[in-house]
Amino acid sequence: MSPSATAGLQATPASRAGRREQAWSKAVSLILLLLATAAMLSPLAFMVSTSLKTSKELLVYPPQLFPKAPAWGNYAELFRNGEIKFGQQYANSLIVAVSAVVGTVLSSALVAFGFARYRTKASGLLFLLVLSTMMLPYPAIMIPQFLLFTKLGLHDSLLPLILPNFFGSAYMIFLLKQFFSTMPSELYEAGRIDGCGEFRLFWNLTLPLAGPAMATVAIFTFIGSWNDLLTPVLYLDSQENFTLPIGLASMMSSKFRLAPWNLLMAASMLTAVPIILLFAVAQRRFVEGIVLTGIK
Amino acid sequence: MMKKTIGASQSRAFYAFISPWLIGFAVLTLLPILASLYYSFTDYDVIHAPAWVGLGNFRELFHDEQFWNSIAVTLKYTFISVPLTLLLSLLLAILINQKVPFQGFFRTAIYFPSMISGVAMSLLFTWIFNPQAGPFNYVLSLFGMDPIPWLLDERFALWALIVMSFWGMGAGMLIFLAGLQGVPASLLEAARLDGAGRLRSFWHVTLPMISPVFLFQLIVGIIDSFQVFTQAYTITQGGPNYTTWFYVYNIYISAFKNFRYGYASAMAWLLLAAVLLITWFILKASNRFVYYEGSR
Repeated sequence: MSPSATAGLQATPASRAGRREQAWSKAVSLILLLLATAAMLSPLAFMVSTSLKTSKELLVYPPQLFPKAPAWGNYAELFRNGEIKFGQQYANSLIVAVSAVVGTVLSSALVAFGFARYRTKASGLLFLLVLSTMMLPYPAIMIPQFLLFTKLGLHDSLLPLILPNFFGSAYMIFLLKQFFSTMPSELYEAGRIDGCGEFRLFWNLTLPLAGPAMATVAIFTFIGSWNDLLTPVLYLDSQENFTLPIGLASMMSSKFRLAPWNLLMAASMLTAVPIILLFAVAQRRFVEGIVLTGIK
Repeated sequence: MMKKTIGASQSRAFYAFISPWLIGFAVLTLLPILASLYYSFTDYDVIHAPAWVGLGNFRELFHDEQFWNSIAVTLKYTFISVPLTLLLSLLLAILINQKVPFQGFFRTAIYFPSMISGVAMSLLFTWIFNPQAGPFNYVLSLFGMDPIPWLLDERFALWALIVMSFWGMGAGMLIFLAGLQGVPASLLEAARLDGAGRLRSFWHVTLPMISPVFLFQLIVGIIDSFQVFTQAYTITQGGPNYTTWFYVYNIYISAFKNFRYGYASAMAWLLLAAVLLITWFILKASNRFVYYEGSR
C-alpha cells in the first residue's frame, strides 16, 4: 500500500489529534522563529539607525531606534574627510577582491579540470594532497610567507593579498572538480573529433558549461577576500594602501571608546553593501556553495 | 566524465593543467611549513641571520605564562561558543523545517548577519556592548539588571565575544537545513507507522541521518575558532588584562610586534599540530557514533 493510500484510510480521531498536535507545533515554531529573527536582525537595525544619527544623538539614553532626522551627511563625511581615506580604501578593497576572483576562478578551474579529466599514477595522491590543505590554518604558514613577500620588496603593497590567489584554492578546486566530473565524456569525444586540443576542450567546451559552479567560486572568493583582516594587517602599513577591514579597525582604536560611532557605522554599512548586492542577485549560489563546501 | 588513463602526452597535459596548484603548493604552502619548522628552532629577528637554539623556543614556551593563558582563552572560547552555536543553529534549522509559512524569509534573515564582515560586526558589537549608551545594557535594564561594563571588565569580556559569535550561526543553520531536507520522507513515514512519536523519530531517524553533517561542522567550527583573530585585534586588543588574548593574536604580537619570528614560528607549528590532532581525534571517535549511509 502506498503511503498516500494509508493516509487516506486513517481519517480517525487519532489522526485528527495528530493534526492538531502538528498545528500546535507549527505555531510554536513560528513564534520561536520570529523571536530568533528579531534577535538576529536587531543589531543590524541598530547599525542602520546609528549610521544616521548626529553625534549628539549618540549619547541619548535610552538609545533611540529612529533618529529625529536621518543624518545622511555622515555618509558624505566619510568620503569628504581626507584623513580617513575611505574612498581610496574602498577602491583598494575592490581591486584586491576582483583580482582575487579572477585569479582564483581561472587557476582553480584549470587545476580542477586536470584532476577531473586525467588519471595518472600520481593524480589520486596529488588530489589527496589538495584536500589535505583545505584545513591548513593560515597562521601556521603566514610568517614564512610574510618573510618571502617582504624579501621580494612587496611590503605595504596590495600584491601579497592578490598573488596567492593565482595558484588555485583547495576548496574551489574541490568544488569545481566535483562539477567537472559530472560532464559527459561524449562531449570531449565530440570535441576531439572536431579537432580540439586539450586546452580548447577546457576553454571552449567545459568553461561555458560551468557557469553556475564558477559563479559560486567567484562569490565565495569575493567575500573571503573582502572580509579578510589578518593578511592586510600583516602587509599594509600606510593608510592609503589599507583595505576596508583594516581601515575600519584603524578608525576605532582602543584609545577612544567614544569614537565617532555614527561614522563608524556608516562605514560598516557601506562595507556591507557589495556583499548584500551579491546576495540579492545570487541567493541560490550562496546556499549551494555553503552546503557543498561548508564555507562560512 | 570518463577519465583517460593512457599516454605520456596525457600525463604532460595533466601536469600542465595542475601546474598553478603545484607551484603554489610548493612555494606558498610546503616551503613555508618547512621554513617555519626551521625557524621554530632558531632566534630570528629578520635583521640578523637566524641563530640555532635547538629546543630553546619550546622550552621557553613551556614557562611562558602568556602562552598558556592564550591557550586557556582560546579553549574556553571554543568549547563554549562552538557547541552552543551548533545546537542553536540546529534548533533553528529544525524549526524552519517544520513547514512554517515564510520559510524563505526566516532562512534569509537568520543567515543575513553571517555575511557581514568580521570587522564591521566587531565594530557594531563594541558599540552595542558600550556600557553607557549601548543598547545591550538597555535591554538588560528592562529586566531590572544593572549595567555591565562588558568589554572593559575581565570577568565579562570573553563572554561578550561568545555572545557575539551567535550572530554568525547562519551558515551552520543553512547546512543543517539542507541535511534535514535530505532525510528521506519514506524513513520518517516508516517510523511513524511503527508507532514512533515525533521526538522518537527525530532521535532515532533524523539525528543519525544528519550526524555526519554535525561532525563536519564540529570539526570546522573548532578549527575556525582556534584561529580567532579579528575580535581580539579589533575590539579588545587582547584585554582587559589579557582575558581575550587569543592564540593567533599571541602569534601575531610575538612575530609582528616583538619581532620574534622564531618564537612565533614555534607557536605556529604547535597550532598546526593541534589542528591535525583534533581532526584525527574527532574522526577516530566518530566511527563509534556517526552513521554513514551505506556503511555496514
